[in-house]
Amino acid sequence: MAVDRSYIGKTGEPITMHIERGKIREFARAIKDDDPLYFDDAYATREAGAIMPPITFLQTMTHWDDGRGRPRPPIDLKRALHGEQEFEFFKPIVVGDVLTAVSRVADIYEKAGRRGGTMAFVVTETEFTNQRGEKVARARHITIETGQVVKD
Amino acid sequence: MPPTKRYWDDVVEGEALPEVSVKELTRTDFVRYAGASGDFNPIHHDQTFAEASGNPTVFAMGMLNAGILSRVVTGFVGRKNVRGYKVRFATRAWPGDDVICTGRVTRKFQAAGEHRIEGEVLAVNQKGETLISGNFVAALPARA
Repeated sequence: MAVDRSYIGKTGEPITMHIERGKIREFARAIKDDDPLYFDDAYATREAGAIMPPITFLQTMTHWDDGRGRPRPPIDLKRALHGEQEFEFFKPIVVGDVLTAVSRVADIYEKAGRRGGTMAFVVTETEFTNQRGEKVARARHITIETGQVVKD
Repeated sequence: MPPTKRYWDDVVEGEALPEVSVKELTRTDFVRYAGASGDFNPIHHDQTFAEASGNPTVFAMGMLNAGILSRVVTGFVGRKNVRGYKVRFATRAWPGDDVICTGRVTRKFQAAGEHRIEGEVLAVNQKGETLISGNFVAALPARA
C-alpha cells in the first residue's frame, strides 16, 4: 500500500520540551547507563557545566507532544519498522533547558522489498531550539512500512 | 562509569572503543524503556498485539538497543563531546537476547574549528547477528 506522498513538507505544531532531571535519570536507567554525568550534580557541573541528557534522550519529546507535533502519514503499525535514526548536536543541552521542537516530513519514497512487496520510507526531521533561540540539535527519523508483516 | 578524559592527540585511527554489553534483555527492560522514552507501540509490550502482528512475542525497541550502543561512544569521548550519532537498524532483539556493543575510531580530522574524530559502532546479539550498525562524530580537546 502506498503512503500518501502529499505529506511531504508538512510541519507539525512546535513542541515545548523541558529537559528534566527526573526524566534524565529514568532514561539513563532504561539504557542501563550509570555515567555520573546523568545523576551527580557536583560531578556534572565539574565535567560539563550541568547534568546533560544521554545522546538518544531527545526521543522523549514524544512525552511533550499532544499529537499535533509530529506530522504522520497514516501507516500500519503492524508493518512499521524503525529504519534509521540520527542525532546531530550543535550546542550543549543541559538540565533546565526548555527546547522547542519542530518536526517536518522531509521525504516519502518507496523501494521494492528484498522479501517481496513494496516498502515505503517516511523521513521525518526535527529541529530543536533552546530558550535562547540557539539551534541545539537536529534529529532525523526513518520509519519503514513493509509490504507485509515483518519477518527477520 | 565516568569516561576517562581523553585528548584528540592521543587517539589513534583504528583504535577500539571499550565494549559495552547487556546480558539477556527482559520484557521489563522493554516496559522500562517504553515509560522512559514514551514509545508505547504495543508491539514492544503487548503479547496479544505482537502475535496478531505475526511475531512470536514482543521485541526490543530499536531505540533501546541504540541507547545501549550509544554508551560505547559516550564511554570513550564523554557525552558533552558528541556531535553526531547515526544508527541503522538490522535484526530485532528478543527477550533473552544479549546486546554486545563495540566500536572503533575510523578518522581524525579538523572541522568547524574543532579537533574531531569519526567512528563506527556495532551492536550484535549472542549469535553474532547485527542488531544495529552506526557512526558517530565527536570533538575532543587537543593538547596545547
